[in-house]
Amino acid sequence: MLLECRNLAYRYPGGPYVFLGVSLSVASGEAVGLIGPSGCGKTTLGRILAGYAAAAEGTVLLDGKPIPPKGYHPVQMVFQHPEKAVNPRWRLRRTLAESRMPEAAELRRLGIDEAWLDRWPHELSAGELQRICIARALGPRTRFLIADEMTAMLDAITQARIWHAVLAIAKERAIGMLVITHDRALAEAVCDRVVTWDRLSIG
Amino acid sequence: MPLLEVNNLSVAFARYAGGFQRRMEQAIVGLDLSVEAGEIVAVIGSSGSGKSLLAHAVLGILPGHAQVTGTIQYDGEPLNERRIAALRGNEIVLVPQSVSFLDPLQRVGAQVRTTARGTDPTATVRSVFKRLRLAEAVGRLFPFQLSGGMARRVLVSTAAVSAARLIVADEPTPGMQAEDVNETLSMLREMADKGSGVLLITHDIEAALRVADKVAVFYAGTTVELAKAADFAGDGSNLRHPYSRALWQALPRNGFKPLPGTQPSQDELPSGCLFAPRCPFATEACSAERPAIREVRGGWTRCFHAS
Ligand code: SF4
Repeated sequence: MLLECRNLAYRYPGGPYVFLGVSLSVASGEAVGLIGPSGCGKTTLGRILAGYAAAAEGTVLLDGKPIPPKGYHPVQMVFQHPEKAVNPRWRLRRTLAESRMPEAAELRRLGIDEAWLDRWPHELSAGELQRICIARALGPRTRFLIADEMTAMLDAITQARIWHAVLAIAKERAIGMLVITHDRALAEAVCDRVVTWDRLSIG
Repeated sequence: MPLLEVNNLSVAFARYAGGFQRRMEQAIVGLDLSVEAGEIVAVIGSSGSGKSLLAHAVLGILPGHAQVTGTIQYDGEPLNERRIAALRGNEIVLVPQSVSFLDPLQRVGAQVRTTARGTDPTATVRSVFKRLRLAEAVGRLFPFQLSGGMARRVLVSTAAVSAARLIVADEPTPGMQAEDVNETLSMLREMADKGSGVLLITHDIEAALRVADKVAVFYAGTTVELAKAADFAGDGSNLRHPYSRALWQALPRNGFKPLPGTQPSQDELPSGCLFAPRCPFATEACSAERPAIREVRGGWTRCFHAS
């Protein structure tokens, strides 16, 4: 499978272009790093690929075809701040079961303790909460994962543990990944190839 | 004499677990640390290691039900409630983690000006805002109107305009753009070079090492090591504690090694070394007793087997 975007452009209504002419592709099982200064539109690109935002121009294709707007989105995204990505009034079991309840073995692999599922989001640390968000994003029908500064808020050991688990799962299931980060050393450690934002866009 | 000296600090909270059951949660356990005038001491460790609570303990803003033992000395004298109340906001300034520490009903410019010192506080605020790429109009906003990155810069500016002798910066950089991270770190460095002491609390080792003189490594509420920043180099063999080494070697450029296990829960701390359940070098002696902090190769560590 191939996830690609061709000549994407984005602007807020009435505003100037945030970026123009962005083309990029990620194959199944491949991890592509995307590095660039913050504020350049990397997160917006991720949101467009995952179906959270619409491009002003250009196309997003999965195996050459547009992604249907309804149903489970095969491109899932994990954000930098997990506390903003979960409903604060739901216990985590409900958040996790939104798409489907992962099996116990999968939770263990991501280092999730089942006792966390009966807690509220504010009772978990950022690292614990991020693991839940990753488990939610890795549903059985996920084909591509956009990791947007996924571990930037975490200490080095937690970061390394989360990435080792995610890489192993992605490899097994041939999930393609776009790894958006400011940290070149991290991109080089987890990705098959790394692209720099200014090579991509004329914004 | 250190500007700030924390000795054997412990902070505990009572948690009511239904009925009459009460459990003590040891959030900070026998913590030691000192900051000299003119130096930046970085505090690193995972979340839940007690980093922010240390900041709150120094500033005297722990919640009322916290049980505190040990001593905090500032300028050679105990920092008690009355003294900290007088020093907070002028001699001792906190860069808090979130805008919730600001007064929600007051414009941010006015709030930053209250900590500004010097002959012309307004000019001081203006030049600091400029360095942090904050438009003058930002000063007229209320805290809730600030975006995440902008809020961080406003919080940093409160320290930068002050003439504080001790700055406690609690995770000042996450979510900032790279330019602003650099500017924030270099402002902290300048304040230290002018003679202030800075306690820089962060989860980002690489940012910390760019400006810090010393590094305190926290684990499960205690200081496991006090090292020189230069000890974080190469394969980490200059470091004294197995956790410090594991943290260093987990960085993507140092091997990206994931240390197994999890930090113990603060209401079920092991009776011996707090790191023993995850330590590859643990012996029987390590679980029998807590190691005291001791001097090893010009630094300090809490490990029986460090040499
Ligand atoms: S005291 Fe023992 S268990 Fe603790 S860090 Fe040292 S070797 Fe490891």
